[in-house]
Amino acid sequence: MADVIKKATRESYGEALAEFGEKYDNLYVFDADLAAATKTGIFKKKFPERFFDCGIAEADMMGVAAGMAATGKIPFASTFAMFAAGRAYEIVRNSIGYPHLNVKIGATHAGISVGEDGATHQCNEDIALMRTIPGMTIINPADDVEAKAAVEAAILHDGPVYMRFGRLAAPVFNDKSTYKFELGKGIELVAGSDIAIVATGLMVSEAIEAAKTLSVDGISARVINIHTIKPIDKDIIVKAAKETGKIVTVEEHSVIGGLGSAVCDVVSEFCPVPVKKIGVNDEFGHSGPAVDLLKEFGLCSDNIVKTVKEFIK
Amino acid sequence: MDANLKKQLEIQACKIRMGILTGVYYAKSGHPGGSLSIADTLTYLYFNKMNVDPEDPDNQDRDRFVLSKGHTAPALYSTLANKGFFSLEELKSLRHIGALLQGHPCIHIPGVDMSSGSLGQGISVAAGMALSGKISNKSYKVYTVLGDGEIEEGQVWEAAMFAAHYKLDNLVAVVDNNGLQIDGAIKDVMSPYSITDKFKAFGWYVIDADAHDFDSLDAAFTEADTVKDKPVVIVQKSVKGKGVSFMENQVSWHGTAPNAQQYADAMSELESTLKGLEG
Repeated sequence: MADVIKKATRESYGEALAEFGEKYDNLYVFDADLAAATKTGIFKKKFPERFFDCGIAEADMMGVAAGMAATGKIPFASTFAMFAAGRAYEIVRNSIGYPHLNVKIGATHAGISVGEDGATHQCNEDIALMRTIPGMTIINPADDVEAKAAVEAAILHDGPVYMRFGRLAAPVFNDKSTYKFELGKGIELVAGSDIAIVATGLMVSEAIEAAKTLSVDGISARVINIHTIKPIDKDIIVKAAKETGKIVTVEEHSVIGGLGSAVCDVVSEFCPVPVKKIGVNDEFGHSGPAVDLLKEFGLCSDNIVKTVKEFIK
Repeated sequence: MDANLKKQLEIQACKIRMGILTGVYYAKSGHPGGSLSIADTLTYLYFNKMNVDPEDPDNQDRDRFVLSKGHTAPALYSTLANKGFFSLEELKSLRHIGALLQGHPCIHIPGVDMSSGSLGQGISVAAGMALSGKISNKSYKVYTVLGDGEIEEGQVWEAAMFAAHYKLDNLVAVVDNNGLQIDGAIKDVMSPYSITDKFKAFGWYVIDADAHDFDSLDAAFTEADTVKDKPVVIVQKSVKGKGVSFMENQVSWHGTAPNAQQYADAMSELESTLKGLEG
């Protein structure tokens, strides 16, 4: 994949805010002293009068954003996933979720690929936490094209949205000219009938790679990209369960409460089939280069291939 | 303040107190003490100060109110019912299954500008509403009422920093200093004193007031209107349980509903207060 362009989805997020700030003059951006890292700084540079730094005070930022939304504006509140979903969880639940206010949470630096900063900043629990809030929409885009489209979809959606972006540069595999983002709809990227690999975020490109390798060995693996984790696309999952009989889920998140759990919730009720979850097991991460960490924690195409082969034996 | 207006407000406040008692009694649970301590303040705001209209509850130019000390919802509900946002009869189904009036304020109730109840959160939301008004050149004001125990929450001080930093002079916070929280006197549980010095240090304009004297409330809220470039906090000295003699200054009435006899006694005391006022 030497000629593939790579870009971190946090970068896409910042660029999208700046782009859509033009089109939507009701869009405001809040950050908690991380504008350089979350890339909201790109928006700040272009629209300084619509950017507000809240300082290192994530709880207050979520509340302020709720107040802005209650008066009809569309606020984006940004910080690292750890602080957005973790530290500010209860404010997100009670001041944004319960009143169902139109706040968009842009959470960057999600997952283990934060890398060197280590376990305190590697949030592998945010999807699980946000899934428990009634009415919360959760989007975990896979690449630059999808991330930008997702930002506009979030703007157009009336209600709270949690968006998950990464720090690590990710391969851009979607074609901007043909790509269409539909909130709540999964995308079948690779056709296949022996097994379905259901992936999200950074793991989607790994799943595509894995499917290529598997096809060489005569295994027909379907790849499904779930960018909207809530509400989840039941139909595409049930169809895959019926047609392939086995599912592997892949996510850069804890195996507890994330995509894997959401898929299991669907299949256990509507079409029970065996599911294997690839994700961060019940443990904390640690420091190291992101790419090495992803390998170590099995969040790579090699491990997907290995898991699939063992699973369909 | 005009003597006749003052009397009208006192009469209104007494009726609001009766609604508080009725709501909590029929709910068989809830928070009468801290509701009674803010009854005069809410009366002043809704019947003499704020630009709100029950016929046009979603008007974008209206003043906003956030009850940061959300457990005292009975005071807000009784005020809104007396103002005409919904019927007084609704108060009797407060906290009941399927009822309009939830145990803590909910944004879907007519006249309620924000859901609240988890302490420390309302002031941030109020700051967000105030910021929104400022950047859109709206002339509305945002009022929020916090408990004195509530300001032990760290988020309150994050919001205090934010409001001063962005010079939100359209934000008026009231700290209801009745001196009591669930586990006892605030000075014993976790002293927030000096409340005035803390807010001053955070860059706020601080006004002291007597929560049960409409002249004092009028002076405080009128002075608040003159302040430029700073958020205003009114630290009001209040009596928990005010207006019902056996509930006054008793921490036990923080979160307990009266039984039938106590309800009858409380209502009879308020009825005689009302009779006295109406002369």
